Parts: sequence; C-alpha cells; structure tokens
Amino acid sequence: MQTKTAHELHNLLINKKISSLELTEMVFGRIDKTENKVNAFVTLTREEALKQARAADGRIKAGKDVTLLTGIPIAIKDNMCTHGIRTTCSSKILADYIPPYDATVVAKIKRAGAVIIGKTNMDEFAMGSSTENSGFHPTHNPWDLQKVPGGSSGGSAAAVAADEAILATGSDTGGSIRQPASFCGVVGLKPTYGRISRYGLVAFASSLDQIGPISKDVTDAALLMNIMAGHDPLDSTSVDLPVPDYTKALIDDVKKVKIGLIKNLLGEGIDPKVRNAVKQAADHFSKLGAELIEVELPTFEYAVATYYLIAPAEASSNLARYDGVKFGHRAKPTKDLISMYYETRRAGFGPEVKRRIMLGTYALSAGYYDAYYLKALKVRTLIKQDFEKAFGQCDVLISPTAPSPAFRIKEKVSDPLSMYLSDIATIPVNLAGLPAISIPCGFSDNMPIGLQIIGQAFAEEIILRAAFTYEQNTEWHKSKAPVE
Amino acid sequence: MQIDVEHIARLARLGLSEEEKKTFGDQLAAILTYAENLQKLDTAAVPPTAHAIPLKNVLREDKAIPCTNVEAILDNAPEVENHMFKVPKILE
Repeated sequence: MQTKTAHELHNLLINKKISSLELTEMVFGRIDKTENKVNAFVTLTREEALKQARAADGRIKAGKDVTLLTGIPIAIKDNMCTHGIRTTCSSKILADYIPPYDATVVAKIKRAGAVIIGKTNMDEFAMGSSTENSGFHPTHNPWDLQKVPGGSSGGSAAAVAADEAILATGSDTGGSIRQPASFCGVVGLKPTYGRISRYGLVAFASSLDQIGPISKDVTDAALLMNIMAGHDPLDSTSVDLPVPDYTKALIDDVKKVKIGLIKNLLGEGIDPKVRNAVKQAADHFSKLGAELIEVELPTFEYAVATYYLIAPAEASSNLARYDGVKFGHRAKPTKDLISMYYETRRAGFGPEVKRRIMLGTYALSAGYYDAYYLKALKVRTLIKQDFEKAFGQCDVLISPTAPSPAFRIKEKVSDPLSMYLSDIATIPVNLAGLPAISIPCGFSDNMPIGLQIIGQAFAEEIILRAAFTYEQNTEWHKSKAPVE
Repeated sequence: MQIDVEHIARLARLGLSEEEKKTFGDQLAAILTYAENLQKLDTAAVPPTAHAIPLKNVLREDKAIPCTNVEAILDNAPEVENHMFKVPKILE
C-alpha cells in the first residue's frame, strides 16, 4: 500500500478502502524494515503521526475539510520548523532546538490534514550534494546502499524512493531538491523564487533558497504545490500573485510546445549514459509533437564559481546568528564573550559549514568584496540574460539534472571543488530564480537518471505539463528501488 | 594564492584547529583560483543582480501584538536569568 502515490491513496481513503491510521501504520512498518539501511530520518514522530492520522480519519468520516492530502503520510526536511518537534538542520549546533512555531509550509500541510511522520536527514544547513555532511549520519541511496542519495534533501528523496514516505518536502538553493530526486529516481520540483513562503525555513542563502515537493510522480508534485504555494505576510520575499490549481496543468499534450535542449550541458564532463538518456528524452518529446530547438547558454560555465561566491557570502551572514546566546548549542565554560563565540561555533559546525563560512567571509571582506562578491553578482546578471534569450524562442528548456548518476559514498568528500561541480546543471536555475523539475528519464547500471525541465518565472504549469506528458508516455517512474 | 586564514576566522568568530587552518587554507585557495575564471568576463557595463525577482521593501503598520510563547522561546536558551538571556560578562 505504501508504494502507491498520494493521488491513488486519496481515492482509497475517501472510498473507505483504507483508513489513514492503517496507512500510517503501514508506512511505519516499512520504516521499521528499511530505515536501518537507508537512514533517511533524523527524527521519527510516530505517536504524533498516529494522532494526526486519527484526526484525518475523523475529517474523512465526517466528509468535512477533506483535501487531496488529508490522511497522507508526509516527511518534512529537517530545516523546516515544526512546533514542539526538534528541528536540527542536521547540525550539532541545533541538535536540541525545539521550535516554538511552525514554518508556514508546515502549518499549511497540517491544515490540509496530512500526517507528518518525521524529519528527514540532510547536509548540515543544506550545504552539500550528498547528505554526507549531516552532523549525525549519512543517508544511503535505496537503489544501491553503497551510494549517496544526493543532497542536500537526500533524506527526503531517499524516504520517498524507499516508500518510507508517500511525499516529502525539500529545499533547493543550488539543486538540493532536483539532484537528490534525480539520484533516487523520484520527482522533485524547485518552484520560482518567491512562490512558496520561506518563513520557518532555516536560512542558508536567502536570495536562492526555495521550498518544493519531492514525490513519486508529477501529479503528486502538483498536489503538494497546491497546498504549499502562495503569498505569506510573514515572508516579505514571497510573491503576492494568484496561485493556479496546478493539477489543471496535468495535460498529456506537448504538441507545438517549444522545447530547448541546452547543448552546452551535454558536452564534456557529462556521463555518456546520462547524455544519451537526455537526448532520447528530447527525441521522445519531439515524437510527441513538441518542437525541439537546440540552444546554447554560454555563461553557464561560470555558474558554479558565481554560486560558490554568492551562496557562502549569504550563508556567512545568515549563520552569524549561531552564537550560543539565544538558542542552540553553547560551549561552556568560557572565560569571556568572544571565546564563547569561538568555542560554540568550533564545536557546533561541521567542516563543510565552516568552509563555506570562511569562503563567504573572505568574499565579503575589505579589499575582496569588489573582486569576488560584486563580480559574482554581475555574472549572475549575465546568466539571467542568457536564460532570457533562450526563453525568447523556447517555452521550456531541458538538460540533465546532474552530470552523473549517484556516486559512491566517500568518493568526493575530500575534494570539495569536485563535489561543487556536480551542481553544474542546477545552479544556474537558482541564480536566475526560475522553476525547474527533475523527473526520471532512464537508468545507468541500475542507477536512476534525472531529466531537468526549466521554465520561466512563475511558469510552473508549463513544466508540470511537459513533465506529466513525458511521464504518461514512459515507464521510468514505475521502477522501484530494490531496498528490502 | 595566499589567504590569511586566521584573519578570516577571526572575522567569522570561528574557532579552528591547526589542522583545519591548514586544510581550509589549501581548499579555499583552490576554490578561489577556480573563481578567478570570472575575471575572464567583461562586466564593466553590467549591473549586479542581488535578487533574481525584483523585490521592494514591504512595510506594515507598526502595531504591537502580544507575544504568547515567551516560555517556549526561553526554553531553547542555553542560560536564562530573570526572563533574560544570560551571557558571560562583557564589562569589567
């Protein structure tokens, strides 16, 4: 039962073929079986979940306030605040932090009657591409336990792929929803910057961070978008635009849709099997009636360098709040205030977080600001202009989500730059604030490959439509991870 | 490329071990050398983009609202005295 999608389970729930309590217990049964291998979660909230499931069953029985997600078990990435349930960001510095409030997305998910089953593992403060930077434990890819699930939302993607959750939330600053979705063979959507409130999302790089759904198929991504999207007075960067019904975009038709294949993301550095799978997906779109156009976005080769100046700069500022004063870990005893800061941050942060704070502090420091940070902001403009040019002739753009399938655990840990380069296809999208989805499009030696579909700002509907059409006409998303 | 790791760590209020200073020095140099690539682009006439979506200040009425979860907030504090956050002495 837990292998089904949310929209399939919704029909079973409202037709009383199954109760939310039974479904939630089945999901925890699956967790009991596979979680010691996958390690997708930081915190499981079994008791609370069973309570929420009973409440959902009450709503369904009464036929009142039933949404498409009522009674559906969902996992929340552990950088989204949950009232009364610890929210760690997979960092030792927040290991005991109990938020006194819900993030807006969590409040919306609760109001919809979904059942929160736990908090998923991630790279510490969402900094990483493999979930190996978790301050607690790595997560394993359900397709091959020796491989990484991707990151930073690796716990969420692995949980959905292993059927330990029906749906999950992720956050994406440079690819952290799409790349793990690609590595784990599931669907991940990063919406337009501002489409979903970031209130209660622990900040990493505020001009790039965005919350989105991770799901088993495109329809479920649309369902969760319907619940999460919208303006929030508590987040001044959330955009006050009407929210469409995203399920209406699920149309099996791409005739006359202009699809741009990003040629420079199919060249050197891209695994030949990944390249092949993406080219075949492009051909498939063309057979389905889409108009295929080859495009070049030459400034992409500067995107990783741009990102690794801007994101750490913002992070070094955002993470200044972890000083041991108001919440989180405090080193003690210390002789004075300054040594409290030094020792608290030394003990609380892991190596990748320290590296990025150092990098960001350097890029913003006197004498280097113009050469690094300001230069990166200007190149960001050029990358945005490249997209604008491409969208002058295309409705959507396609590329691989990641240059390779999932790599082995520990393979890239000692070489940060090579880890950073694995975000080459996803980073430009965040720099331009655009929406993009990753959907399964093939396998390489039994490991999933993801196809990225990028749209213009607030054009989630056209990428959902293209993704849905591809999914309806292929079988990749039906394959299941072999973990038992 | 030479980076004054101790100076940067001081600015960031970040305690580092001798080993971390060495490793970060090397790694930051490698990353920043890679970032030098950006200098190849002529950006003299290009405006910076701090936010991809145009943003403007959002103002609201300056209105006092009750704060009802003071205890839950203080429960997360490392040290509290008389409903206040307690820190090491900063003045002699």
